[in-house]
Amino acid sequence: MKHLKFLVPTLYIVFLMLPIYWLLSMSFKTTNEILGGFSAWPQQFTLDNYRKIFTDRTWYMGYVNSITYVVINTVISVVVALPAAYAFSRYRFLGDKHLFFWLLSNRMAPPAVFALPFFQLYSSLGLFDTHIAVALAHCLFNIPLAVWILEGFMSGVPRELDETAFVDGYPFWRFFVKIFLPTIAAGIGVAAFFCFMFSWVELLLAKTLTSVDAKPIAATMTRTASTSGYELGLLAAAGALTIVPGAIVIYFVRNYIAKGFALGRV
Amino acid sequence: MATTKVPNQKAWWLVLPVVLLVAFNAVIPLMAVVNYSVQETFGNNEFFFEGVRWFQQVMQSARFRESLLRQLMFTAIVLAIQLPLGVAIALAMPRKGIGVSICLVLMAMPLLIPYNVVGAMWNIFALPDIGLMGWGLNRLGLDFNYTRQPVSAWVTLVAMDIWHWTSLVVLLTYAGLSAIPDAFYQAARIDGASKWAIFRFIQLPKLKHVLLIAVLLRFMDSFMIYTEAVVLTGGGPGNATTVLSIDLVKIALGQFDLGPAASMSLIYFLIILLLSWLFYTVMTRHDES
Repeated sequence: MKHLKFLVPTLYIVFLMLPIYWLLSMSFKTTNEILGGFSAWPQQFTLDNYRKIFTDRTWYMGYVNSITYVVINTVISVVVALPAAYAFSRYRFLGDKHLFFWLLSNRMAPPAVFALPFFQLYSSLGLFDTHIAVALAHCLFNIPLAVWILEGFMSGVPRELDETAFVDGYPFWRFFVKIFLPTIAAGIGVAAFFCFMFSWVELLLAKTLTSVDAKPIAATMTRTASTSGYELGLLAAAGALTIVPGAIVIYFVRNYIAKGFALGRV
Repeated sequence: MATTKVPNQKAWWLVLPVVLLVAFNAVIPLMAVVNYSVQETFGNNEFFFEGVRWFQQVMQSARFRESLLRQLMFTAIVLAIQLPLGVAIALAMPRKGIGVSICLVLMAMPLLIPYNVVGAMWNIFALPDIGLMGWGLNRLGLDFNYTRQPVSAWVTLVAMDIWHWTSLVVLLTYAGLSAIPDAFYQAARIDGASKWAIFRFIQLPKLKHVLLIAVLLRFMDSFMIYTEAVVLTGGGPGNATTVLSIDLVKIALGQFDLGPAASMSLIYFLIILLLSWLFYTVMTRHDES
């Protein structure tokens, strides 16, 4: 029985790792070898694919661009969501429930629906092909999510904390920054993680709003596929590298994810 | 949590930045879509008012109903597999020690891979000649070729989504489980409760909030699946995996029929909104009473 219990997560992880292994394995193969037939591991091990990405500006700038707008988006989303989540968790005000559902409803708008109007909106503002445009556009689904997650965490903190601080004469913003935020640090970590994640993986809007200067890595990959035939080895290497930033972020927030939600209203 | 909220209209100032930012991104493009949905254009920026004609056309079209049906089927299959599977894996995960970190880090990995990379990865992984999965299945004697057979294409699509998103359910459930105080389990042990009873009467009720988040997130995202599916199958073979969002983009960008595409977008959005609201209401009903 005990052994069986370990079997479930182990099998699941093996299932998760197989496609990733395949991607890694291809990234060390030449395109000819990949197309030549089935081979379980690289027969002619090569690092050329990675060398190309790290030396070619159009490739490595893709990563820089993606990380830039993802970080801007995460900061904006969490910073504006914090006071809003506090308001939702502590106060009753005119239209609060409707507002909350309206915010969430934006998480439900299919990006496919908004692609064209987004392009027109940001072009008319002169923001087309800038990092800030993508960062702002991703706020559409990340701010509601951040508010939702943070509100859960904040509702888990007893009101007495706020009341004691106000009795002690703390002005609101000092209480909020000095006392309240450290209390929900785990929640901020979780919210930032989810914002990072959904902004990093989104492609449709990011691709629509950029052309050269802010082009995300994922879009660079789709273009390469169409212009120079299918350089599968190169694509695999680029794909494998898109896993790295995420993996680093997960490593740092792993404890927050496990303990983090424990503070929430679960 | 029994925190009583105090009425305070000034709280609007705290939510104002969020409202402005989201409204900027939501209301303006939505109005643009509404605008297109009632007009006809022949290029040259000339528009003619068409009223609800596009809506009638979309609602009556067999193509729309078929795409919608495929979309509903995909979402239903994916939710039916991912939720129980995710909860089961979370229950079987280690509670302390190094195993926790290893599990969490490895399981979260698929969540952080860009959508088109996920699609491209599975596109090759499932190829019958050079992909590990396709090659392996054929080796086992199964006739598997997702570029030709609708059933194989569906299996690949569903497998990809399970691979991609089950971890979200696992992470949420695991977090919910670790929030249950030990005292609950001790009390259950004293009463001699069975494993099932512990799950049914202690764990499940405590998981309600995270499961609500999981159901809603998984519902919305599976209903809006686009990039991964397009890269994987492109809606094929034929129209076998052309779900609603793929069809929508085909109409909007492929044929440049803005009017029908926009009205279809609005109907699509309303369906998601309605179903999410239903989920939300049903799952939070008991909290109110």
